[in-house]
Amino acid sequence: MMIPFWAMVRKDLRLFFNDRRAVIVGLLVPILLASFFGYLFGGQGTTATSRMQVLAIDQDASAISRGIVAHLSGDKNLEVKSSTPDEARELVRKGKVVAAIVIPKGFGTEAGHALFAGGEKPQIAILYDPSHAVELSMVQGILTGAVMQAVSKEMFAGQSGREMMKESLAKIETNSEMPAAEKKTLSDMLGSVEKWNEQQAQEPASGQGHAEGGLAIPFQTQEEAITAATGVQYNSYAHAFGGMGIQFILFMGIDVGVRLLLLRQTGLWQRLRAAPISRSVLLGSRATSAALISGFILLVLFSFARLVFGVHIQGSFLGFVGVCAAFSLMTAAFGLMIAAFGKTVEATRGYSVMATLLMVMLGGSWVPTMFFPQWLQKITVAIPTRWAMDGLDGMTWRGLGLADACKPIGMLLLFTLLFGVLAVISFRWEAES
Amino acid sequence: MLEVNALKKVYGKVVAVDGISLRAGSAETIGLLGPNGAGKTTTVSMIAGLFPPDSGEVLIDGRPLRGDTDPVKRKIGLVPQNIALYDELSALDNLNFLGALYDLGGAALKRTIAEALDLVGLMDRAKDKVGTFSGGMKRRLNLAAALLHDPQILLLDEPTVGVDPQSRNAIFDNLETLKKRGKTLLYTTHYMEEAERLCDRIIIIDHGKVIANDTLQGLHRMLPVTNVLVIELENADGFMADPLRALPEVVSAEVQEGVLRVGLHDLSSGAPPVLRWLAENGHRYPHVTSERPDLETVFLTLTGRSLRDS
Repeated sequence: MMIPFWAMVRKDLRLFFNDRRAVIVGLLVPILLASFFGYLFGGQGTTATSRMQVLAIDQDASAISRGIVAHLSGDKNLEVKSSTPDEARELVRKGKVVAAIVIPKGFGTEAGHALFAGGEKPQIAILYDPSHAVELSMVQGILTGAVMQAVSKEMFAGQSGREMMKESLAKIETNSEMPAAEKKTLSDMLGSVEKWNEQQAQEPASGQGHAEGGLAIPFQTQEEAITAATGVQYNSYAHAFGGMGIQFILFMGIDVGVRLLLLRQTGLWQRLRAAPISRSVLLGSRATSAALISGFILLVLFSFARLVFGVHIQGSFLGFVGVCAAFSLMTAAFGLMIAAFGKTVEATRGYSVMATLLMVMLGGSWVPTMFFPQWLQKITVAIPTRWAMDGLDGMTWRGLGLADACKPIGMLLLFTLLFGVLAVISFRWEAES
Repeated sequence: MLEVNALKKVYGKVVAVDGISLRAGSAETIGLLGPNGAGKTTTVSMIAGLFPPDSGEVLIDGRPLRGDTDPVKRKIGLVPQNIALYDELSALDNLNFLGALYDLGGAALKRTIAEALDLVGLMDRAKDKVGTFSGGMKRRLNLAAALLHDPQILLLDEPTVGVDPQSRNAIFDNLETLKKRGKTLLYTTHYMEEAERLCDRIIIIDHGKVIANDTLQGLHRMLPVTNVLVIELENADGFMADPLRALPEVVSAEVQEGVLRVGLHDLSSGAPPVLRWLAENGHRYPHVTSERPDLETVFLTLTGRSLRDS
């Protein structure tokens, strides 16, 4: 029984390698796309981090608004350019920039009053591209810091701050409704600040070591990318090649299913069924050849990624092989399931391409699942590609051990079993005319 | 020996095969003749074990087929109606693969492939991809692929569909050679001339049922006429054929486009009175031939419908 089994496996491999188009689609296209996405997401960590393009429209032109723009421009995550409201709106609409910050006229004065006397809070408009919602949060955070620093600096040390302080003290003195105790406390506090401001004005600026002034956020962040080990840089090509490999291997799985569907419409199916071979040999050989081709594609992709982009298996090599093998088997079972449930070739191809793209997207092959909302992340545990991606990421750039590969491998084998059982139960053995 | 008893297969409300029985021995060619959709391929598929019948049985040397892996299947070679080869592979690779399905390998497979290619005359194209073959060559290779495991019974499902006359004759020669080697051939076709040339017995089926099962001569005997006298009249204007029908042995007489066709029970005794009557009544005829009715006529007689129109 092994002679027919291996004859069918050899035949499938020969057919695959004879089909140049399939080989090119299966190997070259994922290599190109993975190289592109890897570069896009930061490459090997040696290239400069891409900065978000932000526009600043300063309609106030006050010391405070100039300070805000200066702080924004100094941030390493932003590339700030000045603009006009109309131009900014157009550039955001066209997706040329992530966001535009509009500081309205009178902002500085109103912000100062709001800081001390509880006046109405002025507004800063942020025009943003809705496809960059994640970046918007980042821009909002940076802007908050910039506004705090610029407003407090001007209020405590700036010329307009001093004037505003005097105005506020006068208002408190003449306020007949304010309780005396409260009036005294507030006058003392603002009087002390005024005295401190006068001292600062009389002292010549020493320059070195002199504080910039203003209320600053009392901490700084230190970013550190956590990879396989200290000193090992994150290599986004590892994720990109895993993702693209998974995507194109699943497409190959679709091809396996569709070919089997087509086979049932040909005389070859009759010839295979007329031979004294079991159904398990017939489907098992097809699954084996599909798994071997999948494994081969992954091997070529990661060999290329290692040679050209320095992607290393930082974790368990055995775990990596295990994840690849389990994913290859899952793909083979997926292909058989397509053949089992498919009716017409055209419809089957359409549905399975759609299902594959969904699996690829939800599995994190394009964008890591950590960027997904929480509820979506929970759903992805039911997607086999999620486990393949977790396994490949874990064994490559995350540098996890064999024990950490067990869960993805187990889950992939579970999906293999599920798809395989569904395929065998639903497979229609009679030829179609 | 192939024995088929009361095979029946129903798809939904359609009875595809309705109680077909047949027997075929060594060095015998049985023709299964019928229009498209008559149930020929379904019958052959059940004999080959592609799917089980709803009722009835198939016996190979007295043993029924049991399951996908029954070794009895090795006694059957199937030539499917559609070309059952991989265009992307060479003839040799195809035969290597198809031979391996029967557990053949090594020298035995090499030898049997050489014999099969030699029989169908494709030895010199063994290493060429099948996709580069003509339709006739593919058909011949399709036949060769069914011979690799040296089956006793060969099921040929319309093996000459779409081939040129030269390739068709080559396939006929191959089949006659196989018959001489003692093989049992079951040949389905809707070409009457193929059945007439190749088959020892012809089974005519229609709507899944056997409507005749006899030798070619036996089928002819079922017809009201065994011969047709075809007489080209010099002048057919106003010719009345009615008096001819009264002559002995004459079954029918009609004139179409200047040609008089007279159906006879017996040519030897029936032809002279007809020709004498024509001469005596002043009808000159420059050309006379006789025809035997073909299977088309048989089918028409048995079903009331033309085989090609069915």
